[in-house]
Amino acid sequence: QSTLVIAEHNNEKLTPITLNAISAASKVGGEVSCLVAGTNCAKVAEEISKVQGVKKVLVAQHDSYKGALPEELTPLILQTQKQFNFTHICAGASAFGKNLLPRVAAKLDVAPVSDIIEVKSADTFVRTIYAGNALSTVKCNEPIKVFTVRGTCFEAAPTEGGSAASEEVPASSPVGVSEWLKQSLTKSDRPELTSAKVVVSGGRGLKSGENFKLLYDLADKLNAAVGASRAAVDAGYVPNDMQVGQTGKIVAPELYIAVGISGAIQHLAGMKDSKTIVAINKDPEAPIFHVADYGLVADLFKAVPEMTEALSK
Amino acid sequence: MSGRVLVGVKRVIDYAVKIRVKPDNTGVVTDGVKHSMNPFCEIAVEEAVKLKEKKLIKEVVAVSCGPQQSQETIRTALAMGADRGIHVEVSGKDYENLGPLQVSKILAALAKKEDAQLILLGKQAIDDDCNQTGQMTAALLDWPQGTFASEVSLEGDKINLVREIDGGLEHIKINTPAVVTADLRLNTPRYATLPNIMKAKKKKIATMKPADLGVDLTSRLEVLKVEEPPQRQAGMKVETVEDLVGKLKEAGRI
Repeated sequence: QSTLVIAEHNNEKLTPITLNAISAASKVGGEVSCLVAGTNCAKVAEEISKVQGVKKVLVAQHDSYKGALPEELTPLILQTQKQFNFTHICAGASAFGKNLLPRVAAKLDVAPVSDIIEVKSADTFVRTIYAGNALSTVKCNEPIKVFTVRGTCFEAAPTEGGSAASEEVPASSPVGVSEWLKQSLTKSDRPELTSAKVVVSGGRGLKSGENFKLLYDLADKLNAAVGASRAAVDAGYVPNDMQVGQTGKIVAPELYIAVGISGAIQHLAGMKDSKTIVAINKDPEAPIFHVADYGLVADLFKAVPEMTEALSK
Repeated sequence: MSGRVLVGVKRVIDYAVKIRVKPDNTGVVTDGVKHSMNPFCEIAVEEAVKLKEKKLIKEVVAVSCGPQQSQETIRTALAMGADRGIHVEVSGKDYENLGPLQVSKILAALAKKEDAQLILLGKQAIDDDCNQTGQMTAALLDWPQGTFASEVSLEGDKINLVREIDGGLEHIKINTPAVVTADLRLNTPRYATLPNIMKAKKKKIATMKPADLGVDLTSRLEVLKVEEPPQRQAGMKVETVEDLVGKLKEAGRI
């Protein structure tokens, strides 16, 4: 039994969710290998070789891996799978993993298991269905088990103390049916939403994009990331990559502060595993108060600046 | 590109319904529960119909796999502007076990049979939340995939796409034929008007079985149990910001 974890990275740094995927792979049991495919990824390979639990780092470099297109990476993964006979293949359930692994699975003629939240045994996983309103325990009887891992449900593997051997694998031939043009990433000095210890999120109650400044000020005092509900995204207040919820990002920080968010099921699905939840809303009947550890019924336009002020003392 | 577009439409429990888990933990209650078209599939239908209105494609074919009631979902797509439907009948035990891999095989077989240039699907269904069918259909056909699309434009025989990724947006260009999956911001689906609902009744829906397409429905995934997630207990109300900050400090959160 052995697991291949597909590393997500930008040729400079490993994306943190890969560390959660490595933990999930370790829970499956057996040897854990990581595949790093990129255009110039020696640095990332070195980073992974120090991660605890990783036995082997497989490195493939080619210009065709630019942008991590699934059409180009799939043949490489299939080829690597053939060479090493892994029983399991996994990646983080990020936009990268969700895009890539089903393609790999279909090529292997196996049914993948998406976004697992628990490893019960080498073939049995728990995942959420209906936007987190039910948990499904699934036994996978496929010869090769392909799955993606919800990052917030597994601790990150420690980034020091490991000593994996690195090995070059031959690059696959370019497929050339797709072309990566560019990325426009939202620039922010704040921590990344899915790995931040504190998240401050705003909903429709904020009334405008400008008013999110109130949340940015509070977030800066708490070294927090800023998120938003789908309602706030749909209303055009903030970009979609800030969305927390079933159709956005799943977060589970130590502290989640929901401001002007009513608490639709789809939003709760994205944040209800947070350790402590605070809700600030002027509507005492808002469903968000059913999941909040501390609820404050108040006008956010008064309460949030007050809180920022209190934290400045 | 001027060809035919297949649009997958899935019948799911309506998004507004509160899900109940069956007491025997074999699944969720579906009897007597309102069903609708998966919201992401609506976005896919809208996009296909828009392409047709711009005369960039010639025909929109709506496909659904499932029991008899799936035809209602196809009718909805026809009322939105799809030209005809294909209902792939799957019922009973086969329907319970029907997963994205089997549906992908059906869609891939239909794409070949219909000589489709583009398959438009929702990025995920709101029942099983798998987010797999588009990627797998593309793999089975060896076509490129443009998943989580928030902008699609045809350019000769290529498709320019903007995709929703974790940190922002990504721009790619893919060859056709291709599979594209719709994210939330691709468009706002139209409501079917009464005249269009009436017109849709006259449009044709072909029915067939997976076996007619040479697709084997064997599934090697077994659902052992479905249960309620642990419920979070509501905590306390605090009266003032000062109280709140005090409690958070006490709890060691700030």
